[in-house]
Parts: sequence; C-alpha cells; structure tokens
Amino acid sequence: MKRFISFVTKEFHHIFRDKRTLIILFGIPFAQVLLFGFVITNELKNVKIAVWDKSNDEVTKQITDKITSSGFFTLEEIIYKKEDLERVFKAGKIREVIIFEENFAQKLKKEKIANIQLIADASDANSANMIINYTSGIIMNYTSSINREINLPMQIHVNERMLYNEELRDVYMFVPGIMAMILMLVSAMMTSISVAREKETGTMEVILVSPLNPIQILLGKVTPYIVLSFLNAVTIIALGYFVFGMPIMGNLSLLMAETMLFIILALSLGILISTAAPSQQVAMFISMFALMLPTILLSGFIFPIENMPLILQYISALMPPKYFIIILKNIMLKGTGLAYIWKETAILTFMTIVFIALSAKKFKVRL
Amino acid sequence: MTQEKIITAKNMTKKFGHFVANDNLTFDVYKGEIFGFLGANGAGKTTAIRILCGLSMPSAGEIKVAGFDIYKQNEKIKKNIGYMSQKFSLYEDLTVYENLNFYASIYGMQKNEIKKKADELLEKLEFSYAKNKLIKDIPLGWKQKLAFSTAVFHNPKIVFLDEPTGGVDPVTRRQFWDLIYQTAEEGITVFVTTHYMDEAEYCDRVSIMDEGKIVALDTPLNLIEQYKVQNMDEVFVKIARK
Amino acid sequence: MRTIISIIKKEFTQVFRNKTMLPIIFVIPLVQLLVLVYAASLDMKSINLLVVDKDLTPLSKELESKFTASPFFIVGNSISVSEAEKEILNNNADVIIVIPQGFEKNITNENSSELQFLFNAINGTKASIANGYSQRIVYDFNQNIILNSGNLFPETAEFQKINIENSFWYNPRLDYKIYMSSGILVILVTIISLILSGMNLVREKESGTIEQINVTPIKKYQFIIGKLIPFLIIALFELAFGLTIAKILFKLPFEGSLLLLFGSAIIYLITMLSIGLLMSVFSETQQQLMFIAYFFVMVFILMSGIFTPAETMPQWAQKLNYINPISYFMKIVRMILLKGSGLKDIINELLALVIYGSLTLTFAVVKYRKRA
Repeated sequence: MKRFISFVTKEFHHIFRDKRTLIILFGIPFAQVLLFGFVITNELKNVKIAVWDKSNDEVTKQITDKITSSGFFTLEEIIYKKEDLERVFKAGKIREVIIFEENFAQKLKKEKIANIQLIADASDANSANMIINYTSGIIMNYTSSINREINLPMQIHVNERMLYNEELRDVYMFVPGIMAMILMLVSAMMTSISVAREKETGTMEVILVSPLNPIQILLGKVTPYIVLSFLNAVTIIALGYFVFGMPIMGNLSLLMAETMLFIILALSLGILISTAAPSQQVAMFISMFALMLPTILLSGFIFPIENMPLILQYISALMPPKYFIIILKNIMLKGTGLAYIWKETAILTFMTIVFIALSAKKFKVRL
Repeated sequence: MTQEKIITAKNMTKKFGHFVANDNLTFDVYKGEIFGFLGANGAGKTTAIRILCGLSMPSAGEIKVAGFDIYKQNEKIKKNIGYMSQKFSLYEDLTVYENLNFYASIYGMQKNEIKKKADELLEKLEFSYAKNKLIKDIPLGWKQKLAFSTAVFHNPKIVFLDEPTGGVDPVTRRQFWDLIYQTAEEGITVFVTTHYMDEAEYCDRVSIMDEGKIVALDTPLNLIEQYKVQNMDEVFVKIARK
Repeated sequence: MRTIISIIKKEFTQVFRNKTMLPIIFVIPLVQLLVLVYAASLDMKSINLLVVDKDLTPLSKELESKFTASPFFIVGNSISVSEAEKEILNNNADVIIVIPQGFEKNITNENSSELQFLFNAINGTKASIANGYSQRIVYDFNQNIILNSGNLFPETAEFQKINIENSFWYNPRLDYKIYMSSGILVILVTIISLILSGMNLVREKESGTIEQINVTPIKKYQFIIGKLIPFLIIALFELAFGLTIAKILFKLPFEGSLLLLFGSAIIYLITMLSIGLLMSVFSETQQQLMFIAYFFVMVFILMSGIFTPAETMPQWAQKLNYINPISYFMKIVRMILLKGSGLKDIINELLALVIYGSLTLTFAVVKYRKRA
C-alpha cells in the first residue's frame, strides 16, 4: 500500500509540475463548454437573404417586413434581375432569395392566388431545409392573418407541447455531448500519452521490474487522472447549470456516480490504447482520430443515431459516449432514476471491465 | 604545437536567474591541441560548450571562436565547427549513410565528395558492412563513434565534444580516443568535456571547473607536479576537497 | 537550395520508413471520411411516433394511416398518454399524438376538432423538424376531408391563397453528404498538417537531433522551408486522394476550378503547417504539443461552420471566426466545389488566408531560435 501511495504521488508530481498541460487540462473544459454552449446551434438566426420583388406593392412589402422582423432573417440585398441570382449565391453570403411574382397584390385579390418562389442555397442541405421551412411558416401565418374574417369549415386545430425543453434550446443537447466528449478525450488521451511516454523514456521498465503488480501499476497511473477528470466533470455540470440554465431534474448523487463510471471507463480505454501503441506519437494519433471525430459524430452528440445507415448504428453501439449521453440526458432533463438507465449503466460497466482486463493482460505479457 | 589562438574567452559568464552556471571564465585554446574541460556533473562544462557552439547566449564576456565574434558572427562560426552533444544525436530511423549524407549536405558538401569520403570513413572504421543499417539497430559504441565521425565529417577547424564517452565500455572508450588523436593529427582542434579523470591525461591541456569557475588550467603533467600527486584523479580529489 | 533539398529528402525518408505512422497518415483519415460522412446527417427518416387513439373511429384510423404512409415516421400504438410518456422516458418514442374522444363527431357537428402532439424536445432541432412534418400531414389530411365532405362551402371561395414554390439550388435532392464530405476533407488535411509539422519538430527536440542541426550553418528559413515542403506535399496528396474518394462515393461535385482549389489549399496548408511549427516551438514535449493542438483544433473546427452554419453563431463568435483559418478554408472549399464560385467570389477569404499564412510563417521563422 505504501509503495502504491508513493507511486500515485509520483504521478501527481508529473501532472502538477507541467504547468502548461495543467492549464490546458482545466482550461479546455471551461472554454469549450462556454464556447460551444453559445456557438454550436442549429437555431436559425440572422440568415442573410435577398429579395427580388417584381411587384413591389403593399402586400409584398408586408410579407418582406414580416420575414425580416422575425429575427431569423436579415435582408442583405434587393435584386432586380435573373443574373443576380447566380451572383449572390456564388458570393456566398446570401442563403435564400425570395421572389414575388408580378402584380402580386392584384392577383391575390382578384384571382385569390399569388405565387412566391423561394430559392435556397442548398449546398448546406440541412440549413437550406430549415430556412425554407421557417420562411414558409412565416408566409403561411401571413396568409391566415389576411383570411381571419373568413370562418373556415371543418378545421383541425393542433396544439403541440415540447416536453423537457419548451423553448427548444440546443444547449440541452450539447451540454451532455460536450461533457462526454471532454471526459472521453481528456481522460483517455492523457493516460494513453502518459503511459506511452514512460514506455518511450524507458521508465516503464523500471516500474515493471519493481515489486508492484500490474493492477497496482494501472491503478497508480489512473488515480490522479480520476481526480482531475472528476473535477472537470463537476466544472462542466456547474457551468451548464449556472450559465446555460441546464436543469438537473434527477438525483445528483446518481449523476455523479454515473460520471465516475464513465471517467473510469475512459481512463481504462486510455491505458489500453497506450499498451497497444509503441510511441507517444502513435498513441496521440489513435486518440485523436479514433476518439475525437467518432465521439463527436457517432455518439448522438450532434447527429441523431437513428438516421444513420444501419452499419454505423452498429458501430455507434460500440461508442461508450453514446450511452453516457443517454444517461446524462435522462438524469438531467427527464429526471429519471436508475430504473430507466440500468441498461446503459450495465453496458458501460461491462465495457470498463473489458478494457481493464485487456490492458492488465497486456501488461502481464510484458512482464 | 603552434601558439595560434583559435578560441579566446574573456570573463565568459552565464546566469540562469540567480544561478551562475559560468562565472567569469577566461581561457584560450590553441590551434591543433586537445583541450580538456573537466569537472564534476553540474560544474558548468556543458553550459560553456553550448555557448561556444552558439547554442546558448552568454550573459557577458568577450568570446571569439575560430577568429569570429560569438555575438555578431555566430553563423560564420558554425561553418567552422563540429559538435557532438551529450544526448545522442543521429536520427534513429535513418541509415548510417543517410545520416552522414544529411549532415554533410547541410554543411554544403558536394554529393560526390560526400560519397567518396563516407566510403573511406566507413572503411577506416571497418564498418562498411553497416552502411545501410538503421542507426537504431547498431550498438551504442558504434553509434558514439559514428556521431563523432559525423561531427568532423565536414572538416571543421574545431570540434566540440560534450561527454563523448558517457556510458560506453572501456574498450570502446580507448578506440574512441584513438579517433580523437587521429582527428587532432589532421589539424582539427578538439575541445572535449569529461568527468572521467583518466581521460584528462590524454589531453594536451586541461582546465578543471568547479561550481562554475575555472580552478586550474595547465598541462596534465604540470598539474600533477603542482599538486604533488600521482595522477589526475588525485589532482581532482585534492581540488574538490578545498 | 541544396540544403533545403537534403532536408526535404530526409523528412520523406523518415515519414515513409515509419511503419506505424504511414497507415495512420493515409488510411485512418480515409476510413474516417467514409464512415463519418455517412454518420453526419440530419435527414430525419425514422421518427418514432406513438398514437394514442381515444376516438377509435374511421376518421382517426385514417389520420393514423397518413402517418404510417409517410416515410418519416415509424408508427406505433399506445393505450394511454401515461403509457406513451413512459416510452419517451425510455427513449423509445419521439412524438405522441393524442386523438381525443369525439374527434370525428366534433369535426362534422361543431365544424372543428382538436389534436394534441407531444414532442420529446431534448433535441430541439429534431423536435422542430418532426413538428414541421406532422403539421404538414395534418394540414393535407384536413384539406382532404373538406374536399371529400361534398359540401361547397361558399366561404372558401373568398380564401386568399399564397402559393409557395421551393427550389434548392446546387443540391436539389438535399443530399447532405456532399456538404459533409467537403467539410470533413478540410478537417482531415488540417489535422494531418498540424500534427505532422508540430510533432516533427518536437520529436527532434526530444531526441536531441535539433541541437545537432542548430550548430550547423543552416539558415533558419532553409530549415523551416525544408520542413514545410514535405508535409505540404503529403497534405496536398491527401487532399487529392480524399477528393477522388468523395467524388466516387458521394458524387461530390467539382463545380469550380480545381486549380483554384489547390492554389487556395497551398496557402491554407502553409498557414496550418506554420501554426504547427509555432506550437512546437512553444512545447517541450509531445504531450504538451498534443494538448495545444487538440485544443486549437477542437475549438476552431467546431467554430468553422462544419456542422452548424457559421452565420447562426452569436456576433462575438463570428468575430472570433476572423482569426479562425479553418473557417476561411471551409468556406472556400465549399464555395468552389459546390457552387462553382470563382476567384472574385472567394477573394476576401483568400486574402485573409494569405495574410494569416505570411504572418504565421514569419512568426515561425522568427520564433524558431537556433540559440537559446
């Protein structure tokens, strides 16, 4: 035990002596949560549009007003001819052009129908879709407002309720995602590099020939990082709660316990990577490429897993962050207890055991 | 031995914060000699050699190497020196020949010249068979000899050796010194630091450093006489006790 | 010149000799390109819908069948609202429709009826898209019953209708893959160039070979250029390779000039390589460098507009993007490839990169010191 403690102390010394790394370790979560909480958003805001108003009457002006005062769009340019369309889209700023046909108000009054054409720059397919939806919504609202006096027959009224997130804030999506991502990367990357480093400098051999057994060595390497990562997690939850108003509906101690489980998982994965990687450089590349992008893309953090091709859904089932994100959302937003997340918890526990067993085995082979 | 000075240092000083690593060092090195820089670990030998090679900026002092001023003509100095650092410094993932070729071409040597000289060198070292072996696959003693050969490959006026024989076996050390002698005979001045006192006796002149200062500077013979002892080891012990 | 060439030769030899790094440099990024492009899609195709039908009339059944027929929904049934809500808690349902008792009766007798939709809105984007789809279905359904009722409501003749016609330019089928693949290509060359150059110098520092170089008469610019060129070539090769793959698999269009694309890429890569070198000047160990690089890459990638459009970010974030080289290149690549924008369209972004590149390169040369 004494030997073990001195080993842990040594690891702490390594970490605290390297001021730059320490700053980055704590700076990363802080800056990233703040940055992404504010920055990553699918909500439309200030989308630049152009209007080609061939009619230029009261009604088209009213509709344009409605669109630009919605907060979603800003009118950047008024165009007058067909050639301008190509030009504004190629210049890249303008994402949508609204075209009113000639004699718009007149047609609406006499023929009871008038045409609007919406052209979106669909090189970004996703936001183009949203832009068109939003614009159509505003125009449809306008239509019903001018028809208010007419009592329409057989109407189905729909009332919708947005559960758990009434204002449809994206932050609720991203805080759990960022938390999973940061814990995964910081913990896994830190341990993998630190072990690979000891291998490279040869100090690992010195430790390996010492009377410490592999389990003790692994635990010793990991303990300081558990403490650091846990502090990180608490920081992120606090930021989410105080800065972004992310609720914690469920049990706080359950949340902490699940977080701890995930940290241990990430660290054991880090150890496993480092036992497989011959050098720091390789360990880093594996951490970066095999962890960073998949954690962002395959964990359901930004892109819903259900929409992926089947094979990717299987791959994503292997991604530990996926389960952690589900757990976080359940506890924080829905306030559910273990009864609803025992499956995910069991999966994470199982993965942790596998990682630890594999790396312990690799260590033994070396001895 | 000619008395032409090739290195002159006057009051050379290097401070790291409050710590004085080199305290007013004044010495000359003559052309063609083997000049030993002796001292315990941490006495300031490496700091001094790094200043002379242009890797480190002195805090004060007038220093000339190969006739050039160390402050203003640093890059001219570099054409005239070779350096072998304490830390092993050939590329592990390049072959013996690739390493030689790379460094030589940085010094501006021509391709044919490099090829010819490299073959001669490897033959002389009886190491031709390893020409295309990766550095990481050859034994430490050979790496050390190659690092030295690389440092003098471009025919510098002075070669600086920082603890060149650290961690090698006695036989290889002996061979290594044979190489140093050959180099000196070709007219290259050798500036070598070491903490092996027996090696001091191979030098033409030695200076002994202690806590950043030069405490003795003379030929090994004179020093042994002066301190009335049998060998350099005892000279050193006597100095260190003071 | 010969000095530079011999450095370039040495770097190439080292890269190609490293058996573990080689696959990492060439294979992993491409695998990622393949996997991730398929992953990164916001097309909604399988929204799990639970119908709580308390009316149980032909009309309510018909409404349900409309949802079943839609490609966006996977429809299930639930006996009560509380049962259905439990499914949302279990993540088995995204939307609940409650059809109240008397739904059919009210619409004929009282001329109006109600429906309730409950969305799991934790993913706000998904909920609002699902909401849009549902509204559309209900609206069409509503129009149908009016038409089929056989009544000629005189009021409807007065109804003023605005017909909206949509067109999606440059990508009429709204294929998200071409957008993502172009973005991921940018990310891949960014990471490769940053890591290659950064790691390289720090490795020479750690192994001590940098000292051996520093005592030679080599000029700073020769050293930096000699280091940059091999990595530039590798990164460009990787870009070309990635483009080919994306072209074949994702039908990534090459609307604009490839020459312009590669020209811009060279400027961009020089910037990133210089940043990598700068990072390595400030790091002593590979671990430190990795963290700096990771931080830099994470922040700048997510801010670059790869997943979420840069314009929707708050003002301060958009200002911050002025110093984000990735955001410029991201824009340039997508504009050239997807829209066929020409030099005059991207000139501002390109100039920004030129300035950025020359600043970082100069800074890297100045900061790399041969003498401590």
